Amino acid sequence: MIPERWLNAALTLGLLAVPLWALWADEPFTITLATKVAILALAGVGLNIALGIGGLVSLGHAAFFGVGGYAMGILAHHAQTFQPMIWGLEGTKSMPIIWLTALVSSGLAALAIGALTLRTSGVYFIMITLAFGQMFYYFAISWPAYGGEDGLSIYVRNGFPGLNTLDPIQFFAIAFTALMLALFLHARLKASPFGLALNAARQSPDRVETVGLSPFRLRLLAFVISGAITGLAGALFADLNRFVSPTMFSWQLSGELIVFLLIGGVARLYGPVVGAAVFIFLEHHLGDISEFWQIGLGVLLLLIVLFARGGLIGLVAGEKR
Amino acid sequence: MFKHLALAATVAAFGTAAVADGHGAVKVGMITTLSGGGAGLGIDVRDGFMLAINQSGNTNIEVIIEDDQRKPEIAVQLADKMIQSEKVDVMTGIIWSNLAMAVVPAATAQGKFYLSPNAGPSALAGRGCHPNYFNVAWQNDNLHEAAGAYANSAGYTNSFILAPNYPAGQDALTGYKRQYGGELAGEVFTKLGQTDYAAEIAQIRASGADSVFFFLPGGMGISFLKQYADSGVDLPVVGPAFSFDQGILQAVGAAALGVVNTSQWNKDIDNATNAAFVESFQAEYGRLPSLYASQGFDTANLLLSAMASADVNDTDAFRAALKAADFASTRGDFAFADNHHPIQDIYVREVIQEGDVFTNRIIGTALTDHSDVYGADCKM
Amino acid sequence: MSLILLIEQVLNGLQFGVTLFLMAAGLTLVFGVMGLINLAHGSLFMVGAFAAAAVAGATGSFVLALGAALAAAAAAGALVEVLVIRRLYARDHLDQVLATFALILIFSEGTRWVFGSFPLYLNIPAALSGPISLPGGIEYSTYRLFLIGVGIAVAIGLGLLITRSRLGIQIRAGESDREMIAALGIDISRLYTIVFALGAALAGLAGALVGAIQSVQVGMGEPVLILAFVVIVIGGIGSIKGALVGAVLVGLTDTLGKLLLPGMFALFMPASSAATVGSALASMAIYILMAAVLIWRPTGLFGVRA
Repeated sequence: MIPERWLNAALTLGLLAVPLWALWADEPFTITLATKVAILALAGVGLNIALGIGGLVSLGHAAFFGVGGYAMGILAHHAQTFQPMIWGLEGTKSMPIIWLTALVSSGLAALAIGALTLRTSGVYFIMITLAFGQMFYYFAISWPAYGGEDGLSIYVRNGFPGLNTLDPIQFFAIAFTALMLALFLHARLKASPFGLALNAARQSPDRVETVGLSPFRLRLLAFVISGAITGLAGALFADLNRFVSPTMFSWQLSGELIVFLLIGGVARLYGPVVGAAVFIFLEHHLGDISEFWQIGLGVLLLLIVLFARGGLIGLVAGEKR
Repeated sequence: MFKHLALAATVAAFGTAAVADGHGAVKVGMITTLSGGGAGLGIDVRDGFMLAINQSGNTNIEVIIEDDQRKPEIAVQLADKMIQSEKVDVMTGIIWSNLAMAVVPAATAQGKFYLSPNAGPSALAGRGCHPNYFNVAWQNDNLHEAAGAYANSAGYTNSFILAPNYPAGQDALTGYKRQYGGELAGEVFTKLGQTDYAAEIAQIRASGADSVFFFLPGGMGISFLKQYADSGVDLPVVGPAFSFDQGILQAVGAAALGVVNTSQWNKDIDNATNAAFVESFQAEYGRLPSLYASQGFDTANLLLSAMASADVNDTDAFRAALKAADFASTRGDFAFADNHHPIQDIYVREVIQEGDVFTNRIIGTALTDHSDVYGADCKM
Repeated sequence: MSLILLIEQVLNGLQFGVTLFLMAAGLTLVFGVMGLINLAHGSLFMVGAFAAAAVAGATGSFVLALGAALAAAAAAGALVEVLVIRRLYARDHLDQVLATFALILIFSEGTRWVFGSFPLYLNIPAALSGPISLPGGIEYSTYRLFLIGVGIAVAIGLGLLITRSRLGIQIRAGESDREMIAALGIDISRLYTIVFALGAALAGLAGALVGAIQSVQVGMGEPVLILAFVVIVIGGIGSIKGALVGAVLVGLTDTLGKLLLPGMFALFMPASSAATVGSALASMAIYILMAAVLIWRPTGLFGVRA
């Protein structure tokens, strides 16, 4: 068994090495795929804070992913058409402002949804988050102002001071940095008093309550942080594709985020990274073999759930403590 | 099981074998929907396209086919892959307007040609038109406009109109109203993907309309037609061909018999190209072609005609060769307007039964040499 | 708006509701007895519809088609229970969500592999086609009336089964104390398989009945599944009565929302944009209803357990 810390270091290096190799070999599309892995892993890291530490099985995280995506889409759309938004505010093509907007707006969405849904628990929570996700989905499809189902195309990728974001490797660097920061935040959060209390609230809410903490507030805070990070990933994902559409809100995406965590290993720091990498790899390589590749994916998922409970990291690094 | 999988893969990849050699070689990237809901349309476009390529015997063309799963994000990534890694010259294949909006502007901006075998969103026909973008199917409004024109000629004065609440649905109703001159008994937007239309049918019954126009593509149309036929409301129905294509008519069955729909193509259009196309498509794939298959076939023939007279690396010459549209279309007369969208006749069809197969026959022409209204905004 | 239209729409809402009930009943039963959340319930709905379409196509008999739908869905349910689901009872909800999500992928693409990408044909039997005149001059679809009848009959039958029969006693016992009924010598794994197959059969029946007026295609189960979730969340998970009430509430809210909301917006907006905005809101109405119910009662209307 390899210690998880070494495994994590190897994974970090691997995620760096693949695009660098692709740069050398002039395979720009491989860099794009690696960027996609980093961004989806970032979304998974967001979910992992709610689900892994807090035990909150949210089947509606696509809502935050989509809100982040639309934060980028709406700001950039107004900037590229030179139409002011409400109250005369101008749109922008600057990534830092877009990210801030995405973090705040998806955090607020998480606050609203969390305040309502965290009154419930267990299977109710799963279903009600799913339903809230659907609510956002239908809203995005039928609201005509920002393209409805057609979505919004942003013709040129947004800018970051000092970088050429159109260059695949530089955009990868941005996504990779964001992922590393989120992983660092996750690790610190988990070891902090807040993280420990949250973990305790997952295992035994009653005990947490007796020491004078409110499980509801702990979970709500975790849910907001989780939603905000997933929203940031949404903004980056939209920038990767230069496009946003309601499919970012689809419940299948919520399902896929959970799939990442399970493939890699729930509550493992690098679980979402492994999961996203494996998922993207399968999508691109099984897809070449057969139109029906999703059957293979389904079987693989089943095998992981039934026989590899710690996910792939669990297989390599062993059961946790 | 694995044998079947392998077979499916061979079928999916059978166009990639041709080796490009020397002058005039063209690499085509086709992104289309081959799995999940709506796969039938992509499969028809692909099959029609590859039929024309194979019939031509042209070994100078290489086609790479990828499945977008009807997800815009996947389509964008496949486009990146084709442009960045495969270095294709021409792209084609996208079925859905929202996917086209996600892919086409970026592809044409990077100097690639895009030939649309199906989607024709208004944004790409008007202000967002591009010299390298050619639509070989129709502008999205065309078939709806034809339905409106037909409603006038049939003497309808009080139509009830419905479509799903999304951009293509809103465009559909706008397109119908553009040509239709009568009153509206009602205008309803349904939920995208809705499967039960009892509420809308009740409204139709209560509205006092003399006719119904609907745009409900795919499964939505199947549901609506079955429920409408069963409801006992017997107002005449008209719609665009998308709810009456060969792929889904069998699933609607007798409920569609006699329903009038508008299309730029049908298997009984009388010209040699079309007759040969219908026959060879049936021989090759064992089913009747749909309008999507005809569009795929025409798209490939357009491309082949341009390759015959220009080198794809000479962008201006190749563009001019495409614009000339010097190929034998299954639709008979075919030309491009200045915004690179078709000028063509749009027919009125009626659903009939031939043996135990449901299909369409042409009963008239709704619009002759029809183009679209957005061309005026196109500056190129 | 005429009274006749309103009554007709209420009937439509009721019909939509009882079809949802067929789906929701199985879901809530499985959750109540085994504590399992099953995302693949929609796939069993699809299996029922495809089996019915295949058998109706081969034999021309709607009755045989319904029988085939029940049998195929129950068999698929039992098979899945034995192979996969029973390993999940002791797991947390997360594993259940993921495993059943995987089953959706397998069922959907597997069905497409067997039946192809094009929708199948299934129609209303001749005896039930066309409209029927109700008192008050209402013309209403015979088949939809039949659906309402079937739904009510199933609800009554299920109620009797649970309150009166030996199986029902075991189910209720299983709901309140799983360990105890195993200790009493009841073959608990057989009971679980039966309950799961029963839920699957109801979903398959719903698929076949609805398939006759809709499009029989891959992926038809998921939208219904999500609605069924909303239903049982509103009604209270595990409660059959809750599922019935929730289903009818959702059916009526959806149908009447579509009818009334665009009209309400038309009072102060131009007709075209009122139609868009009104239907946008109508498509969200049931989720708003659900949120409201949960704020009022976090475990649903008849829920006992979280």
